[in-house]
Amino acid sequence: MVVECLTGKKVLMKGNYAIAQAAVLAGCECYFGYPITPQSEIGEYLSGKMQELGRAYVSAESELAAINMVIGACSTGAKAMTSSSSCAVSLMQEGISYACTDELPVVLVSVMRGGPGLGNIYPSQGDYYQSTKGGGNGDYRTIVLAPSTVQECADLTYKAFYLAHKYKNPTILLADGLLGQMMEPVEFKPYPYSEIENSDWALSGAKGREPRIIRSYGPLAEDRCEFLEKLFEKYKAIEENETLWEENDTDDADVVLVSFGSTSRNVNTAAKLLRAKGLKVGTFRPITLFPFPSKRLAELAKRVKMFVSVEVNMGQMIDDVKLAVNGLVPVELVHKGVGAPPDPEDIAAQVEGLL
Amino acid sequence: MSHIVINENRCKACYLCVKECPKKLIRVSEKTNNLGNRVVEFCDPNNECLGCAMCATRCPDLAITEVYRG
Amino acid sequence: MTTQVFKIADSFKKNVKYTFCPGCDHGVAVRLVAEVIDELGIRENAIVAAAIGCSVTIYDFLNIDALESPHGRAMAVATGIKRAKPDKFVFTYQGDGDFASIGWAESMHAGLRGEKISSICINNTTFGMTGGQLGPTTMMGQVTTTSPTGRNPEYYGYPIKMAEHMALCDGVAYSARVSLDSVPNIRKAKQAIKKAFEVQLQGLGLGFVEILAGCPTNWRMSPAQAHDRVRDEMMQTFKPGVYKDVTADIK
Repeated sequence: MVVECLTGKKVLMKGNYAIAQAAVLAGCECYFGYPITPQSEIGEYLSGKMQELGRAYVSAESELAAINMVIGACSTGAKAMTSSSSCAVSLMQEGISYACTDELPVVLVSVMRGGPGLGNIYPSQGDYYQSTKGGGNGDYRTIVLAPSTVQECADLTYKAFYLAHKYKNPTILLADGLLGQMMEPVEFKPYPYSEIENSDWALSGAKGREPRIIRSYGPLAEDRCEFLEKLFEKYKAIEENETLWEENDTDDADVVLVSFGSTSRNVNTAAKLLRAKGLKVGTFRPITLFPFPSKRLAELAKRVKMFVSVEVNMGQMIDDVKLAVNGLVPVELVHKGVGAPPDPEDIAAQVEGLL
Repeated sequence: MSHIVINENRCKACYLCVKECPKKLIRVSEKTNNLGNRVVEFCDPNNECLGCAMCATRCPDLAITEVYRG
Repeated sequence: MTTQVFKIADSFKKNVKYTFCPGCDHGVAVRLVAEVIDELGIRENAIVAAAIGCSVTIYDFLNIDALESPHGRAMAVATGIKRAKPDKFVFTYQGDGDFASIGWAESMHAGLRGEKISSICINNTTFGMTGGQLGPTTMMGQVTTTSPTGRNPEYYGYPIKMAEHMALCDGVAYSARVSLDSVPNIRKAKQAIKKAFEVQLQGLGLGFVEILAGCPTNWRMSPAQAHDRVRDEMMQTFKPGVYKDVTADIK
């Protein structure tokens, strides 16, 4: 396995390896993790590579420990990450809440599998809520990036490190078992973002300056209110600057199919099938799940007749679509509980049934 | 001359130093500090202090801030 | 000629004022840590992973960089700091509930990995900040707010012996238990803390010190009575001593 950038050259690679390699190229200095299917290849790849490069890899004793090791490393301004899946990301929720309030640039790769509980190892999108709403306590937001191809797995891993450090905010790369396990050609370009200066906040020892304390404890109600307002101003800035989505054929669309991640691939094909039948169908794919592209959906809602949220879960993102559409037009759900996304023909037939 | 310096405002009236001093030179005073505690005072009219720093070592509140020996 | 034999350590913040209860031995332990940091000249290079409980306040008093850890995770957090910045001096300051109950996995595994960090753990046989509940070190027969009839093994199990357990971890370079019951023992405690810090600086492995300390508030005792209990009861169950010292083997 290579780690050199291969501009203009594609290699066939699993999504998990692409994420791991992109992390190395993004300058990730520390990886802390605990195995879980379907993302174990990330740790497997990095265990050897980080050692070879003189960077840190720790086989943590649990996901709880892993996320806290990332917190420790990030407190020094280092680029650090962990990766996990579903039921094990549940174990990390405490740490994510702390990292949000500590404002640390934590990068978490979450490769979704079936749930709830142990669930199974099939692909799933059942952790939309977990990622975007969070399972930790208190008011916080994580930036959530949802790739739909192996190429995007690599590109958005770069972006995850950039955004995490730019906003000092935990950032989740939300992939699924399908993306993690499937192979696609991928091109590794050099890390395209500028490095973020962190010497004004990172812990480095109180040499020639006042000591720095990174903490979440805020004993006074007034101070805490002020802090939360500031935190949410940051989230607002993230919404204004970083919202990403992709849309196709929405100009004249009566129906817009909304989906994220690997599901969007089949949704795009389904839309083409429906177009071939003369139905005016467009597609909309949020790339950032937080910030969610609500404004654009609200604009579309003024002329679209119906939205259909297509998901591999029991209907989670549909809540955000409904909030964005705000009752202007119907929002329907086409879904499958767990597994590979429904076939394009299935999706097309179900959408047709809704018309 | 051996002696100690007490920061009365840090004293929480645990009186562990009173018990610890081998020469019994620390006693509970009549003074109350801003924490509402009856603070201790150093009283050594006969220059008996050994400068052993046992009081400062025992004090859990950094109220004995300096100890001198000699 | 008069010489100064005691002063407030430079590693304390200016005009430092503890917020511990009267007679609390945390005050002594934090002071010893500050004095050792001074003596080793590591203040400007030190980062403390603070814990949850009464111990967390250490960052209010010491003039060093600090990261507050979630409950029980100080050793994991310290691992992350040290792995990211191996040239920094990294230590945790924890209570027994944090270190040996909710954080026992993190503590043991840091020891097994031989993390080049140091850990100071206060053992006062109870959860102090939450009001004196049964903890991992609560002694047999001890009455707490959650063992109203005293700790009995059938119902509550047994207390943990941290220093002995940590000594069993191959990556631990130094493990000792000390007591703050008396001035001579406080002086020994300082030497142990120094040793636990030095093994990190020498790159030998993890340094650990368990400190037996009084909690007069939750024990419902006077500070003096609390020290009597540390001496007469705790030190009988939790025997002070050096359980591992790889530097002794080197000599």
